[in-house]
Amino acid sequence: MAVFGTGATTNSYDEMENTDVLIAWGSNTQECHPIIFNHIRRGIKNNGTKMIVIDPRKIDQTKLAEKWLPVRVGADIALANSMAQVIIEEELYDEEFVSRATEHFNQYKECVKEYPPEVAEGITGVPAEDIREVARMYAKADKAIINWTLGITEHHNGTENVFALINLALLTGHIGKYGSGLNPLRGQNNVQGGGDMGALPNRLTGGWDYDDPKALELFKNVWGVPVPETKGKHQTEMLAAMEQKEIKSLYIIGENPVQSDADGHHIQKLFNDLEFLVVQDILMTKTAQMADVVLPAAASWAESDGTVTNSERRVQRVRSIVAPPGEARHDHEILQDIANAMGLDWNYQSAGEIWDEVRLLSPNFAGISYDRLEKEGGIQWPCPDESHPGTGFLHDRLWEKNVTKKVPFHPTNYQAPVEMPDNDYPFQLTTGRRLSFYNTGVQTQDYKKIKDNEEFLEISQEDADELGFENGDMARIISRRGHVTAKVKISKKLYKGLLFMTFHFPDQTDTNLLTINATDPLAGTAEFKACAVKIERADRKQRESSPVSAHGD
Amino acid sequence: MDHLQQEQSPRAMETICSFCGTGCGLTVKVEDDKISKVVGTKANASSHGETCVKGSMGWRYLYSDKRIKHPWIRKNGELVPGTWEEALAVIADKFNGLKEKHGPDSLGCFSSSRSSNELNYLAAKFMRTVIGTNNIDSCNRT
Repeated sequence: MAVFGTGATTNSYDEMENTDVLIAWGSNTQECHPIIFNHIRRGIKNNGTKMIVIDPRKIDQTKLAEKWLPVRVGADIALANSMAQVIIEEELYDEEFVSRATEHFNQYKECVKEYPPEVAEGITGVPAEDIREVARMYAKADKAIINWTLGITEHHNGTENVFALINLALLTGHIGKYGSGLNPLRGQNNVQGGGDMGALPNRLTGGWDYDDPKALELFKNVWGVPVPETKGKHQTEMLAAMEQKEIKSLYIIGENPVQSDADGHHIQKLFNDLEFLVVQDILMTKTAQMADVVLPAAASWAESDGTVTNSERRVQRVRSIVAPPGEARHDHEILQDIANAMGLDWNYQSAGEIWDEVRLLSPNFAGISYDRLEKEGGIQWPCPDESHPGTGFLHDRLWEKNVTKKVPFHPTNYQAPVEMPDNDYPFQLTTGRRLSFYNTGVQTQDYKKIKDNEEFLEISQEDADELGFENGDMARIISRRGHVTAKVKISKKLYKGLLFMTFHFPDQTDTNLLTINATDPLAGTAEFKACAVKIERADRKQRESSPVSAHGD
Repeated sequence: MDHLQQEQSPRAMETICSFCGTGCGLTVKVEDDKISKVVGTKANASSHGETCVKGSMGWRYLYSDKRIKHPWIRKNGELVPGTWEEALAVIADKFNGLKEKHGPDSLGCFSSSRSSNELNYLAAKFMRTVIGTNNIDSCNRT
């Protein structure tokens, strides 16, 4: 989160059991983070936490919610700004906190003025009275938390969506306290760690900006060579540079972008055109099959030693428990082998030695040693020295009498998704995950006993009736970029005009052939959550996935 | 580099789940050097012994036929089995060559949100110091 200088959850999971109001905003926590949801469930049951669910779909967790706001896909900023308008108009905001710890309040106030609930109702589909009720509930709570996931970030303006939520917390002072905060829940086991370690184009290990003079000095001392001066490209920019033939070679570690990225056909072409592609992975994915060299890796969580960092910033040990198959090597060992083949002299003897180098570069991790992890279990960063117990929640400095670095409001306005439904493509398709499956499915599609082991097109009863679809019928789903087929499943979770699919079964139904490659300029995240499609009956029982060109559209 | 603990069979060791970002503690039971069962670790401060179906059953992919067991190298358009020595030589030659001919920014890396901090750190260090570019990103939906 650029606003606070850290990209991490501010609270711990246990605080979700000890808060008064918890907003799950674009987060299907029960299916995507089931164990975090258990914390929330205990809060509701034992502590009387009121959960608000903000989601276009009537997902199962709405059953436990105090209130469900069925916001239209992509209308989150209008809803957040409207809540702020109510909170300011009714003087429910924390004036003392706002004046002491924040800046740019007046610009924010001007901005949200344009979103009274009656106006926001027209954009969001949420009744004005419900907006008022939830705004009051959040503002009046003693402790309140907002959690979100990809429902907020996987839009062309995902970063601005996040600003809209941060603004609400600043307005009410629900930040920097036990049981109050802002939490982006992470979808993969080490998204947090990957960023923390500097596997980002604009950040170095430990969260330093790539051009921070203090960091450049430190890194030069530890690495022996200076950090490159030019800011790097994030994934989407790298894909664009591949198109321009500026990037000629990629080294991909444990990723399957050919199947996980938006607008799949376009990506396949870009990868085919590369001069040299190296893929290091545990399974032979579609991306690996396109490589010039494929390197066999050990699974990080059971075949290698190391650490990972979870959504509550807890650094925990993974261990080499069983041997990797055949000649597979540990990921970090492979990096060292390549560096040395290129003429370097790296000589790390263990994962622990690599970690100790991380500690030299990052004050957040300096106090977390393998010895401590062995004795104490996981430790939450920041942890500046070995006597420090780790940090449960962030930003308590905002409650000090004199706040040295005030936090700015970022006023932000509603923008419609890039591709809205029209006469030719009248439905909005949104994508997500299902409980038993995971992402592109390479690790979960081989289950034997799980039901519904295939892709479905979920559709509202009303739309199904109009089109004459029944459960189990085959439908062809067509966007401007491609078409796929899937079995129809009528769902009470959806409103009329909205369709839902996952991306777990790309070999049968490659949903990302449909999605749009419109990206957030600030974060490079593609708009997986909204594109326009049409649907028609598919006669053949056989599944198909084809690009537009083959369909003659 | 890592030393597999040779202990009695059956044995049990603690690690962290590899799926979502919750980071649940898992206790892995091993018989005859193969995983036989995975359960939640009670002492884990994030998950208190709980795990979902992915954590308790998802480990089976480790024994999938799709596991890559040796390097593969493309020759005459086909991926064929190769040795580590050969694979590393091809990579070093190509990376050095491209860097020299087109500059370090002609190379890029997608690092893995599914792998360890240590891997991600080394990938970042490798791209910045050995290749000489900041073209590295992580966080995909694979």
